[in-house]
Amino acid sequence: MIPEIGHFSLILALVMALALGVLPITGSLNGNAQLMALARPVARGLFLFVATAFGCLAYSFIVNDFSVLYVASHSNSLLPVHYRFAAVWGGHEGSLLLWVLMLTLWMFAVTIFSKRLPEEIVARVLGVMGLISVGFLAFTLFTSNPFERLLPAAVDGRDLNPLLQDPAMVIHPPMLYMGYVGLSVAFAFAIAALIGGRLDAAWARWSRPWTTIAWVFLTVGIMLGSWWAYYELGWGGWWFWDPVENASFMPWLVATALIHSLAVTEKRGAFKNWTVLLAIIAFSLSLLGTFLVRSGVLTSVHSFATDPARGVFILGFLGIVIGGSLALFAWRAPKVGLGSGFDVISRESMLLVNNVLLVAAAGAVFIGTLYPLFLDALDMGKISVGPPYFDAVFAPIMALAVFMMGVGPRARWKQASLAEMTKRLLPWLVASVVLAVGVTFLFGHWTAPVVGGVTLGLWALLSSLAYLVARVRDSAGVGVWTKLRTTPRATYGMLLAHAGIGIFVLGVTLVKGFESTSEVRMRMGDTTTLDGYAFRFLGVQQIQGPNYNSSSATLEITRDGAKIATLHPAKRIYTAQNMPMTESDIYSGVFRDLYIALGDRVSIDEWIVRIQHKPMVNWIWGGCVFIALGGLLAVSDRRYRLAITPPAQH
Amino acid sequence: MNRFVLPLIIFFVLIIFLGVGLKLKPREVPSPLVGKMAPTFHLAQLHDASKTITPEELRGKVWLLNVWASWCVTCRQEHPLLVEMSRRNIVPIVGLNYKDKREDGVDWLQKLGNPYVLSAYDHEGTAGIDWGVYGVPETFVIDKAGIIRHKVIGAITPDVIQDKLIPLIKELNGA
Amino acid sequence: MLNKLLFTLLLVFTLPLAHAGEAVPTTDDPVLEKRVMAVADKLRCLVCQNQTIADSHAELAIDLKNQVREKLRQGQSEQQVLDYMVARYGDFVLFQPQVKSTTWLLWFGPFVFLGLGFVVLIAMLRKRRQLIQQAPGLSSEEHARAASLLAGTDK
Repeated sequence: MIPEIGHFSLILALVMALALGVLPITGSLNGNAQLMALARPVARGLFLFVATAFGCLAYSFIVNDFSVLYVASHSNSLLPVHYRFAAVWGGHEGSLLLWVLMLTLWMFAVTIFSKRLPEEIVARVLGVMGLISVGFLAFTLFTSNPFERLLPAAVDGRDLNPLLQDPAMVIHPPMLYMGYVGLSVAFAFAIAALIGGRLDAAWARWSRPWTTIAWVFLTVGIMLGSWWAYYELGWGGWWFWDPVENASFMPWLVATALIHSLAVTEKRGAFKNWTVLLAIIAFSLSLLGTFLVRSGVLTSVHSFATDPARGVFILGFLGIVIGGSLALFAWRAPKVGLGSGFDVISRESMLLVNNVLLVAAAGAVFIGTLYPLFLDALDMGKISVGPPYFDAVFAPIMALAVFMMGVGPRARWKQASLAEMTKRLLPWLVASVVLAVGVTFLFGHWTAPVVGGVTLGLWALLSSLAYLVARVRDSAGVGVWTKLRTTPRATYGMLLAHAGIGIFVLGVTLVKGFESTSEVRMRMGDTTTLDGYAFRFLGVQQIQGPNYNSSSATLEITRDGAKIATLHPAKRIYTAQNMPMTESDIYSGVFRDLYIALGDRVSIDEWIVRIQHKPMVNWIWGGCVFIALGGLLAVSDRRYRLAITPPAQH
Repeated sequence: MNRFVLPLIIFFVLIIFLGVGLKLKPREVPSPLVGKMAPTFHLAQLHDASKTITPEELRGKVWLLNVWASWCVTCRQEHPLLVEMSRRNIVPIVGLNYKDKREDGVDWLQKLGNPYVLSAYDHEGTAGIDWGVYGVPETFVIDKAGIIRHKVIGAITPDVIQDKLIPLIKELNGA
Repeated sequence: MLNKLLFTLLLVFTLPLAHAGEAVPTTDDPVLEKRVMAVADKLRCLVCQNQTIADSHAELAIDLKNQVREKLRQGQSEQQVLDYMVARYGDFVLFQPQVKSTTWLLWFGPFVFLGLGFVVLIAMLRKRRQLIQQAPGLSSEEHARAASLLAGTDK
């Protein structure tokens, strides 16, 4: 009964989405206030029905209703209850429902934080989002219904993929989807502006906070995915340039560009066409990602079970949504005004340089991801594009972007002097190089790429500091504390995010330059050393988990004779699918991780143990946390609070 | 031309590629060995470790090399078709028993029928690597001059035999 | 405290039984192993999709790693080993595509795109400044016309 309620809610949601997609936009075009006023209540109702459907599916998982095909394929009665809940998005159908839930959640948020917006804009924004949800609801209902029954019911479920039975996997997809789908808000604002033919600074101002929040979610989502891959896949890598990862990274890069170009458009009313185009591209890439992950056109370690019919459906949907908006763009863009002027060297132009770099970087990821498909489609051979390519092509472009990140904020708005900027920044650049050589020396041997990377990381940190120093120094007569306190939160947000990039770059460079691995055979009592840490193998125990059997090793780590940790790397066999899993164990710290994975048993009492020393690896994700916090800080700026809270409170 | 149309045009080209991409099989890797001389090997025979077998012995004949193993599930699917082919005397088939236990391989053939004129025993899988084998079963068509003319990845199906293998073998024998 | 004591006691009693030595590295030639892994990092595991054979524990990946080790031990260069793999498995096996006419766009496209982006940006900024300087007090309609002018002449 419950699954049927869910199914029925989805059908009602589709009807409401259709109404939302048609009526308010029509109303906005011929000035019908009644039709426009429908937007908010219908959008809220849509959210309610989708949430009901989602709740029904979650309920079916929690009560182990194996008469639902999707539940039977992705859960098991032995699965702990929190993973049963997370299993809702453990497969294609449920994750699609999560996608739609997130989309309607964003719509719900728009209905609340839009009291200041003109009615027609609200009608159009919600209408566009309604149209997007029509596509996804139809996709869910017609090709991927999660409520399909299995008759007779299965005795037990096939279990959730053991790789997904992990705390990070519980929150990674919701975060990532919040980011992906959140870009639809910026997209909807752009389309609404294009429909009305009125692109102005106000539009940029309205969509800025939405874009930033979506970007924060995307950042956190990608970070969690990377962190999960690091500790769960068992070989210590954290980014593989897999098509699925790239599919999430491309929208991130373009959304980052969008955040920056929105600043130019808000301040100067300039480059509006470009900004609108970026908003369209950012969301298009997140739709493209959905296509790549779910259609099977590219092979990936972690894509969904695929089905060509679904591919055709999403491709058609992509064609309508993206093709339609680009056609609208081609029609409206030529009539958009110029905005006010600024110099070739100015803060504005620097932000646009950032755009060129980030879009080129996204282009490199795009071409690297899709090139094998292009060649194959033209029957020109099959190739693979992997990490070495991205290291050679993506990394230099981003290096330039990180360098410019230190320069850009120091340019004055409207007109800047290159000579003055050089004079002010050169000492900090020299300091970065000198420090980088010192740091690299501290870690051991040094190579040019490592010194280069560390210089960049330090440059990102120091130039952010330099910005603050200059700000305080330039304000004669005002106390340091007052100056710091009156600096807008948006500025602190920017500095924090830029510093986060620096931390990230330092982590990436140092772990790549100085990590070491040792693979040894160990018997009980054996010891081995790596980079000054001693590891003693204390044997293996058999442990029975809720839905797995585990061989859990015990290793004691000492340094200079003092015990610092006991780790339990394990090998698990998940019983339902008879699937082996390597559960590594990590002694984690700010400056290094000691990463131990248990390999195969080679004889009755001898095991292969893989030990890795990864200096600074946590700075990678630490940097991402700072980046996300920077975004949050920027959104909390007074300016936007004024813009989004109802006027009645002022 | 209105430059604002450019994104739309680029997008349409992309859509066409993606549409074509839906029909492609990204998991199938064509062999670069097709059209080249078959790599040689010197392997013991499956049934008699004291005898060896090399591809040179078959020079002058059109023949198939079928890579199989007793642990391979798909091989069991295609096996009756191979037996049928050998019964109809379409072409000599040489088996390459890949990374198997000798007893298991012999057992398997005894139970399910032996379609092979000869079986080579590649316990280490080195000959397999030389032939670019990445999964079992795989089947190669070799012509009289010892050149690989075709490779079937995965199990042979009746359609593949009718539409591809038989015409190709006829053509190669006629030449 | 008690736990610790028990643990030590346990260790003392079991130590004579367990052999307590230095763990044996899985390779006797770490220099060679490093080279093997460097090559393995560039090769795609064909059965597991999107993993390097260095990362994969699939049987084929292990075989290929052994093959790489064998070839390197025989004194072949890393490039020779890669060529050997390409001859058997095709370009698909390389995670770093070869630079040739079909991959020029892949290798140089992003940089050409970047260069082009800068050229267009500078040209646009110059033209904008000119347009705005020529007509400082444009109305918004005139701005729009100026913009479409810009659109028509640029490309």
